[in-house]
Amino acid sequence: MPRPFAPQSAFVGSSDYQLLPFRFHRLDQQTEILVNECGEFLFVPEGTARKIIQKEFPANSELYPTLKAKHFIYDESSSPLLDVLAAKYRTKFGFIYGSTKLHIFVVTLRCDHSCHYCQVSRQTLNQGQFDMSRDVATAAVDMMLQCPSKHITLEFQGGEPLLAFDTIKYIVSIAKDGAARLGKELDIVITSNLAFLTDDILNYCKAHEIKLSTSLDGPEFIHNSNRPRPGGDSYKVTIEGINRARRALGSSRVAALMTTTQLSLQHPIEIIDEYVRQSFHTIFLRPISPYGFALRSQHKTGYETDAFFEFYKAGLDHILELNRRGYNLVEIYTQILLRKILTPEGTGYVDLQSPSGAGLNVLVYNYDGSAYATDEARMLAEMKDYTFKLGRVLTNSRADIFTSPAFVALLQQGCNQSLPGCSDCAFQSYCGADPVYHHATQGDMTGHRPTSGFCRRNMKVMEHLFSLLRSGDSFIQDVFWGWVTDRNLAEMRASIPQ
Amino acid sequence: MRLHTTGIGLGFSGPIVARVATAPVPIDQRKDTALLLSFLGSAQDLHGYSAIVVRDKVDAPLGIPTMHSVQHIDHLASGHIIALEPLNGFIRTVYRPESKHNTLFATERCNSNCLMCSQPPIDKDDIAALTERNLKLIDLISPDPEYLCITGGEPTLLGDNLLAILSKLRDKMPSTYVHILTNGRRFAWPDFSHKFAEINHPNLSVGVPLYADYPSLHDYVVQARSAFDQTVLGLHQLARYGIQIEIRVVLHALTIPRLIHLAEYICRNLTFVDHVAFMGMEHIGHAPRNMSELWIDPVDYQPNLETAITILTRFGIETRIYNLQLCVLKPSLWKYSKQAISDWKNAYRPVCSDCEVQGRCGGFFQWATERQSRGVHPIKLN
Ligand code: SF4
Ligand code: SF4
Repeated sequence: MPRPFAPQSAFVGSSDYQLLPFRFHRLDQQTEILVNECGEFLFVPEGTARKIIQKEFPANSELYPTLKAKHFIYDESSSPLLDVLAAKYRTKFGFIYGSTKLHIFVVTLRCDHSCHYCQVSRQTLNQGQFDMSRDVATAAVDMMLQCPSKHITLEFQGGEPLLAFDTIKYIVSIAKDGAARLGKELDIVITSNLAFLTDDILNYCKAHEIKLSTSLDGPEFIHNSNRPRPGGDSYKVTIEGINRARRALGSSRVAALMTTTQLSLQHPIEIIDEYVRQSFHTIFLRPISPYGFALRSQHKTGYETDAFFEFYKAGLDHILELNRRGYNLVEIYTQILLRKILTPEGTGYVDLQSPSGAGLNVLVYNYDGSAYATDEARMLAEMKDYTFKLGRVLTNSRADIFTSPAFVALLQQGCNQSLPGCSDCAFQSYCGADPVYHHATQGDMTGHRPTSGFCRRNMKVMEHLFSLLRSGDSFIQDVFWGWVTDRNLAEMRASIPQ
Repeated sequence: MRLHTTGIGLGFSGPIVARVATAPVPIDQRKDTALLLSFLGSAQDLHGYSAIVVRDKVDAPLGIPTMHSVQHIDHLASGHIIALEPLNGFIRTVYRPESKHNTLFATERCNSNCLMCSQPPIDKDDIAALTERNLKLIDLISPDPEYLCITGGEPTLLGDNLLAILSKLRDKMPSTYVHILTNGRRFAWPDFSHKFAEINHPNLSVGVPLYADYPSLHDYVVQARSAFDQTVLGLHQLARYGIQIEIRVVLHALTIPRLIHLAEYICRNLTFVDHVAFMGMEHIGHAPRNMSELWIDPVDYQPNLETAITILTRFGIETRIYNLQLCVLKPSLWKYSKQAISDWKNAYRPVCSDCEVQGRCGGFFQWATERQSRGVHPIKLN
């Protein structure tokens, strides 16, 4: 005899629900967005958050199962699945495991360029004074290898690191030996203006699988204006360097980054088109650096943030249009945010981490043996602000560095979960804390969000991204999901219904 | 297609699993072999066979287990593996080397009782007997098949017996891809999933049904309280051990309203699944009894299906559709359509004779009870 069937009502529990942690934000007059602790979001009619909190949703309402499935509420039948929520929370904060992954070695401050936004370079030719010594290099590599992470990125910066190529070779050799001994994977990047690229250097990079990253600020007139060097030919030198490096190493091993300046803000289209002209498929519309403008008034910072947002928005529009026309181009800032918004994953990008990635995920070893929490932190030090100096590699242990007052202060004020303003912001799980930025611009690591350029920029960018996601434009969805999952448009179209 | 027949058992009392021979074989190959005969010849040498299967009536015991007065023998071929059950006279074909989708039938029992189950569970204690049959069957299978499915009932109810079957498959035919159809509930218990994972079968995947993104609806469809929680927890356990997972969603009037939500749920909570299979409902077993609640014409849910598949494939989860004819599918979904893993498919209707895509279409099940979509029509390309 077949067993009898029970009616649907036999499986519905009580509708007495409890709230799970979530936050909300009004996107426009009609719509608000709910975001839970793991970053899962839901667009709902305005007023829904209030109704949820006042328990106005019966179990048979349309929204109830969705609120439950997306972990905004729970009821008596949810409890076993809260473990699943915990697993997601762990995934999201996976970046904390393994401690510092990015280790920046400033092998020299010497440089032939005198870029407006750079606080650190020295024009001197007097070798030694601004170069990293072997002792410092050895101690810094030791400290790097002590970090538990299995996967480590070693990045050379300057100044112009190729001016101290012997130091690079020394560090690469001891780092590779150590990594092999400890079973760690090592990724090596040199950030260079490529002016001093030689065949020897390229052969060395090829043999050691080293990647090159350079600065390309846009077309010639922007690039040369941002990046003066004797002869005024930085653009020409950079492009030649990129092409030589690509021929020697392959395109995938040569990247370019741009720094946004006042001048750049007027020219998003020209900058992007330059990247296309040079056959790049990624561009990072990076926020304007505050470190040259630390003394600017808050009013001015606000103005710059709005100008950056217009720049970003016009840039993203143009990038989407290029993709529509068949050129695959990824905007990295958007990609990082979308990964946090659309997937359960966290990010390796320090500025958008909370707890702040300063120190926790990146460490900078300066040429003189001092260790800093981020590259920006060492720039502040060059401006005589030593707040984020964590210690010295020759005299301090890794434990000293990670228990230094500066590091503890960074952690205490680097969790947006508990920062005023952020603690109830809907975008908290996608955003960062950036105590270094707030210290530099507001004189206080905690910072004041209503006047923070960081907050204003991220809030605007995220509102914009959510409005694009909400628009239901399937082309935008295809491009965005392609960025999130590393597929180009053709691959995306081959896998989705068409 | 005939997979069982009956006869009268003579001279044996317990079940026998044996390989069919339709002609006499040398004495050294007779072990585990059942000789198939229309009638007993006078001087037939029967020595050494493990059983004799005869169409004619046999009156006196032959000194060898015999199944006589067998109704049909024409469907049996050399190399087939059969199970003889003397008490009820059943002769089941349990393995056919020429088939691409052989199954090990684990048990008729199940701890769920899905409203649309195509093979409704029967509550009888068959686990010991079926496990013995399956272990013997694995011994006899040769050569190793590419694919083998373990099904039921609910195979995880076998507990340690399932582990014994998997260990044997791992040792005897490690390159055979084994797919277990299970409701996944038992894997919620960490000790079971741990033991399961420890078998370390190199070519294993599990297919687990999920019908909604929240408990009460899924529990109603499978007719078991807490089933959703157990299945989702079970899937997480399996993922911890890196076991390949296929999510199976049967499409009917109760699952369609939450189909898009379910796709979103998978992309957020079950990101580790290897693929998702959407299956048209089979009109057999429990389904006809519950048709008033279950029936929705497939042409009416195409937009939901398309959106759900878009969500999954954008996220990067491979997706397939089974059991739906091309003419009822939106053309944008044809590329996901796969021929079903079943020997019971690929029947066509008279309209199909005019159709230009019949070669790519899975057609219909052979069940006469199948209710036909109003969308069935011959397709003309251009
Ligand atoms: S910085 Fe602003 S946008 Fe970011 S979490 Fe804090 S309040 Fe929200
Ligand atoms: S008419 Fe027949 S063969 Fe053609 S698509 Fe429909 S079911 Fe398939």
